[in-house]
Amino acid sequence: MTGNIVSLAIVLLLLALAVWAVVARNAFLAIAGFVAYGLLLSLVWVRLHGVDVALTEAAIGGGLTGAMLIGAVSRLRGTEAAARAERSGAGVHVLALLLSLGVAATLALCVLVLPDPAPTLAPQVAQNLAVTGVGNPITGVLLAFRALDTLLEAIVLVIALIGVWSLAPERFWGGRPGLRHQADPDGILAYFARLLPPLGIVFAVYIFWAGADHPGGKFQSATILAAMWTLVLMAGLADTPRIDHRALRFGIVVGPLVFIAIGVLGLFSAGALLAYPPQWAKPMIVVVEVALLPTLTLVLGLLLAGAPARRGGGA
Amino acid sequence: MDRLLDLFSIVAIVAGGFFFMAGSVGLLRFPDAYTRLHALTKADNLGLALVVIGLLPQMDSVLAALKLVLVWLLVLLSSAAVSQLIARAARRRERTP
Amino acid sequence: MNVETLYGLGAAALVGIGLYGLIVLAHPLRKIIAFNVMGSGVFVLFGALAKRGAAAGLHADPVPQALLITAIVVAFAASALAVALIVRLIESTDSASLASDPPDGSRD
Repeated sequence: MTGNIVSLAIVLLLLALAVWAVVARNAFLAIAGFVAYGLLLSLVWVRLHGVDVALTEAAIGGGLTGAMLIGAVSRLRGTEAAARAERSGAGVHVLALLLSLGVAATLALCVLVLPDPAPTLAPQVAQNLAVTGVGNPITGVLLAFRALDTLLEAIVLVIALIGVWSLAPERFWGGRPGLRHQADPDGILAYFARLLPPLGIVFAVYIFWAGADHPGGKFQSATILAAMWTLVLMAGLADTPRIDHRALRFGIVVGPLVFIAIGVLGLFSAGALLAYPPQWAKPMIVVVEVALLPTLTLVLGLLLAGAPARRGGGA
Repeated sequence: MDRLLDLFSIVAIVAGGFFFMAGSVGLLRFPDAYTRLHALTKADNLGLALVVIGLLPQMDSVLAALKLVLVWLLVLLSSAAVSQLIARAARRRERTP
Repeated sequence: MNVETLYGLGAAALVGIGLYGLIVLAHPLRKIIAFNVMGSGVFVLFGALAKRGAAAGLHADPVPQALLITAIVVAFAASALAVALIVRLIESTDSASLASDPPDGSRD
């Protein structure tokens, strides 16, 4: 009973924050509401017994997306007033309201007529999990049962990064993303950026390794590492790398390449693409995870940094 | 003994919640950025400390309890750094209107 | 009503709110925020379906939850690409207008 009251309170607060993110006066307020919305959403995931998803949502949905939006809003001074003048008339507002109400009502109806008992794949996962050698069913699904999805996701991330890089003006191609941040070397930001990353790296390695049997895994770990890297960049302790740096490009593609290699290996040794021979499942999964970690870290950090914006000097 | 620990947890967490609310009231009612930062960092960190103290008896092992304390220390560190940065930015904006 | 239905209804409302914001808001950056709200509503709906599939000693069906982790990461990548496009639009035309007429004085 109290569980229901807590869930009801969370849902109402979530709806209020979503409405705030949509109707706030300006973009900055909307983003503040959106970050709070993302963090509250991770509570929803915990209530729905998805702790891995909660970790990912708090890190990426709340943290990285918020940071990226705040970085973007600082560049749109002056465009907001012009955009507000371009707003559509009352007719479009009413039609949009009717459309949204219709879509929401249809979805709510679908939720209320869902079949009971619910179709589920949990028994199959529970039966076959022991063969994969991992204890966390989500890691087993991500890297053994639906490994193709994870491979394609890594490739989609690399393609998104290439898309962001291709938006650079011609003269900056091969240069460094973003502006060079200057911070007082004796100030609090530099101190914070020296103190936190070692702790962050330890946490990231722990979450990466614990993801085999407990909630965690490489996505959450890569997000923490990308966040530490962004903190170091913001404090001016390091500069963004040149995007034509060979080691950088190798680090970005090593994950999907190793994953594809392991998949082809599985084709010859176990009969199907991305199949694992029974004794070798755990080591192959660990190799794939270790290879994906630099890819995910670099891609997430570089997506935050943006398109190249200045000529790089030096190596 | 169990009931006593549960009662202690409830009292501590409610007290922590009260301090969080006080911090939010301060955020809404104080006149400028500096006083609001003061309310947020002091009251919210004390509230978090009380919540953590209240949760300590409910933990299964000493290691889990130490993890909670580590969470509190990290929040303390980041809120101290961030409030300093916000105050400095507010000061700079004041000087160059 | 049980927890999953409550979250499912809340998710339906979130999709509606996000869709309204996506259509009505004029600035592209705010459209992206509304799009993310709509996307997270779909994710919560999926999560409610996953919770309903609890069986065999697991508290929730792990297959939809694994797909959700993939979805959150890909949604971030798509938002990053969209934000980069908006920043480039602002840099080259000095306005965030999505109107069809070419603005005067566009530079590269």
